[in-house]
Amino acid sequence: MIKYIYTLLPSMVDGIIITLEIFFLTLIFSIPLGIIVSIGRLSKIKPLSKITEFYIWVMRGTPLMLQIVFIFFGLPIVGITFDRFIAVFIAFVLNYGAYFGEIFRGGMESIDKGQYEAAKVLGLTPYKTFIRIVLPQMFKIVLPSIANEVVTLVKDTSLVYVVGIGELLRAGKIASNRDVSLIPLALVGIIYLFLTAILTAVFNKIERRYSYYE
Amino acid sequence: MNRGRRMILKVEGLNKNLGKKQVLKDISFTLEMGEILAIIGPSGAGKTTILRCINSLEKCDSGTIRIDGSYLCKDYNNKSVYAGSEEMRFIRKKIGLVFQNYNLFPHMSVIENIIEAPINVFGASKNKARDRALELLNTMGLEDKIDSYPFELSGGQKQRVAIARACALNPKIMCLDEPTSALDPELREGISNIIENLVENNMSILIITHDMAFAKRIADKIIFMEDGQIVQEGRKEQFFNSFENNRIRKFMAL
Repeated sequence: MIKYIYTLLPSMVDGIIITLEIFFLTLIFSIPLGIIVSIGRLSKIKPLSKITEFYIWVMRGTPLMLQIVFIFFGLPIVGITFDRFIAVFIAFVLNYGAYFGEIFRGGMESIDKGQYEAAKVLGLTPYKTFIRIVLPQMFKIVLPSIANEVVTLVKDTSLVYVVGIGELLRAGKIASNRDVSLIPLALVGIIYLFLTAILTAVFNKIERRYSYYE
Repeated sequence: MNRGRRMILKVEGLNKNLGKKQVLKDISFTLEMGEILAIIGPSGAGKTTILRCINSLEKCDSGTIRIDGSYLCKDYNNKSVYAGSEEMRFIRKKIGLVFQNYNLFPHMSVIENIIEAPINVFGASKNKARDRALELLNTMGLEDKIDSYPFELSGGQKQRVAIARACALNPKIMCLDEPTSALDPELREGISNIIENLVENNMSILIITHDMAFAKRIADKIIFMEDGQIVQEGRKEQFFNSFENNRIRKFMAL
């Protein structure tokens, strides 16, 4: 059996690489998008906050699977075509940007009004206030929710198999069908568990780093 | 004590409505250089609102506020017209505020709290800001708390950090909102000394308090407010000698 697992490894490794690519690209782009979304959502400019609210509603209110299918299979019908990887990337970033946006909004709203006032009387500009006072405090507040979302993201990457990208789950499924064996699927499960365990450990470490103040 | 005559703050005909309620009614007073003015009165009298207006945390509806020769806002046909944002920033540097609950930045150490504004507002170098902060912390007796975080400090220590933070910008006027409300009696002595120390460094002080004994001890001039209005004002001796107003007498007996 060890030998069999060994023969599976090359395709699994290819799958893991694709999975991690989607994972990191989504994180790198959706977190900044989330910050922008939260600012838009909290904006005093009504149209802006309404548009952001609508965007969040659509992204959170429909399945991510549908969004992927819509962008990759649907949009070409009206003449907009993306490479499958780009399509998946757009869907993930837009979807996770909305979730992160709501998390950040909650974090920002929970910061005491006195902090803004203190910054104001000290003469800090709104930009400096945001960067130096609001953001660092917000990150500490939202860290547990972010960790949750990130673990979900690892598992959500499996959705991309619908457009035929060879990520981890697809690699496992192909091997399982080919060899009529449960082992590839179990192996896939173990790899996901392993990845989420690493992430959990990383976030625990970050949370400890932030626990220097209360 | 030799007090200067120069007027540093002039408030004239200040009015403010919150909803239907008029929270400030025709408030006028002045603060001279090196003077300590205490505004006293029951809660809800509008004391804190005055402070917030002077520090432009809130805008008044009509009236004039002049700080060290610059108009923060000027009355124009019964409407306050405010200075532009550039001018506003300039005026803001002349005035410091210590909040009732201090509002220290919890994610920054004591020294970081103090050097934040000098570096990011005045563009001071880190070393220079640090030296000045250390000097301030020394006079406040906090030299062993430099790298502590606000949650590790007692109320009195937090207050002193908040005062040091405001002082680091060298304001001409220092406002303190209820400085004795969270302090033990022994600590009140300490805060009085610190405030007197500020005056010696040419600051003018505006204190909001309902602590009569404290006002009596420290202020040069006292304003008694009730219901959004100034009921009585005067220099300390004069103020305490004129007990004609029953309401004030009742308040002071509290």
